[in-house]
Amino acid sequence: MITIKNVNKSFGAHQVLTDVSLEVPKSNVIALIGPSGAGKSTLIRTLNALEPIDNGEIIVDGVSIHGKKTDINKARINIGFVFQNFNLYPFLTALQNVTMAPLKVKGMSKEAAEKRGKELLISLGLGDKFDAYPGRLSGGQQQRVAIARSLAMDPQVMLFDEPTSALDPEMVTEVLDAIRKLAHDGMTMVVVTHEMGFAKEICDEIVFMADGKIVEKAPPSKFFTNPDSERAKNFLSKVLNH
Amino acid sequence: MGYQYDWSVISRNMDVFIEGALKTLEISALALLIGIPIGIIIGMGRVSRNKVIRLLSSIYVEVMRGVPLLVLLIWIFFVLGQFLKLGAYWGAILGLAIFTGAFIAEIVRSGIQGVPKGQMEAARSSGMSYTQAMRYIILPQAFRRVLPPLASQFIILIKDSSLVSVISATDLTLNAKNLVATSFRSLEVWTFVALVYFIMTFSLSLIIRYFEKRLLSREV
Repeated sequence: MITIKNVNKSFGAHQVLTDVSLEVPKSNVIALIGPSGAGKSTLIRTLNALEPIDNGEIIVDGVSIHGKKTDINKARINIGFVFQNFNLYPFLTALQNVTMAPLKVKGMSKEAAEKRGKELLISLGLGDKFDAYPGRLSGGQQQRVAIARSLAMDPQVMLFDEPTSALDPEMVTEVLDAIRKLAHDGMTMVVVTHEMGFAKEICDEIVFMADGKIVEKAPPSKFFTNPDSERAKNFLSKVLNH
Repeated sequence: MGYQYDWSVISRNMDVFIEGALKTLEISALALLIGIPIGIIIGMGRVSRNKVIRLLSSIYVEVMRGVPLLVLLIWIFFVLGQFLKLGAYWGAILGLAIFTGAFIAEIVRSGIQGVPKGQMEAARSSGMSYTQAMRYIILPQAFRRVLPPLASQFIILIKDSSLVSVISATDLTLNAKNLVATSFRSLEVWTFVALVYFIMTFSLSLIIRYFEKRLLSREV
């Protein structure tokens, strides 16, 4: 479903991605983990072209995302993106946040968009928040609205860039539950996360990055018990022993 | 002896003040009506992804900000006006409009840039084009941010419009000048003129404050 081939990217003289290649099969859930500055967020942002790449190729559901002839707006319909800071539209209600893109991008009718939007919000436990503005919602609720907003476009792929990092600890669970549910429904997902327990539980594969490179890729059972690389061992000893 | 005040000149010529004040409001309103679209277009040009558009917009803003309004009005009236057969009235409106348009452009630009970057990213991620994201997500938020500085700009415009009297466009200031010339009661007339300008600008402040409150009360 997602193919990343020999991607390089620099910010000025600083190379942030070095020869990154990765394959994500359909319905797989991949966790991108690693120390800060490893290039995880940059990598996930290249997958829907929020960040340009210097060279290489990224193919999502058969579309070359950075191809010169690609209609990126059309390609992005297929790729949901959830941000660390939610980025909800503050002047619109929860339901309007969710229906905006279906109305304006897909040209859905108001009735159909609202019906679908309400279903999504209800399924994410926000059935009583249709008319609430983001400023009135907790962080966990805002992030669930953001997930509903992405799902409203019926994407084939969902990308999560540290979806729980900006949340108070007691709200992490509700957001992870929502992502877990998507995994059970067979959604193809890439998740940048620091939640090791969550990565272990729901991910098919762990991709460990450091210094802009993929250092190791392994199923969680192997990665968390017996990683190959010293970098990964070192990283795990720091994040797991506290 | 000191100056002998005679305020009766005001009440005797009230019709002259009222006519002038209405003309001032009319010219300012029309200049604003033309200046706002100029400001929005140039302001969006200032943040455009196209280098040429950015450059042209910047030149417009810098030139208009650098030229004194007085000079601009004279230039438009005597040079441009001769070709376009503008007359004092439309020359005044056009001059004020393109002048205030540059300041509105800067307000619009800062309003757009004040919207967090994540808003554009979220909109683009959902498949919106740049234009759609601007129209449906960025500009509505920029609009809320620019209301207070825009209100100040409108008030400045009303006061700036007093300069149109130099190209003999009828307004409150020109009527006052003429009245001073015939009555010689300059202190009384100009003091009253200041009061009339204040009433116009302060009323505008109150009206804008009311709309601002109504608009902002929707969120939070």
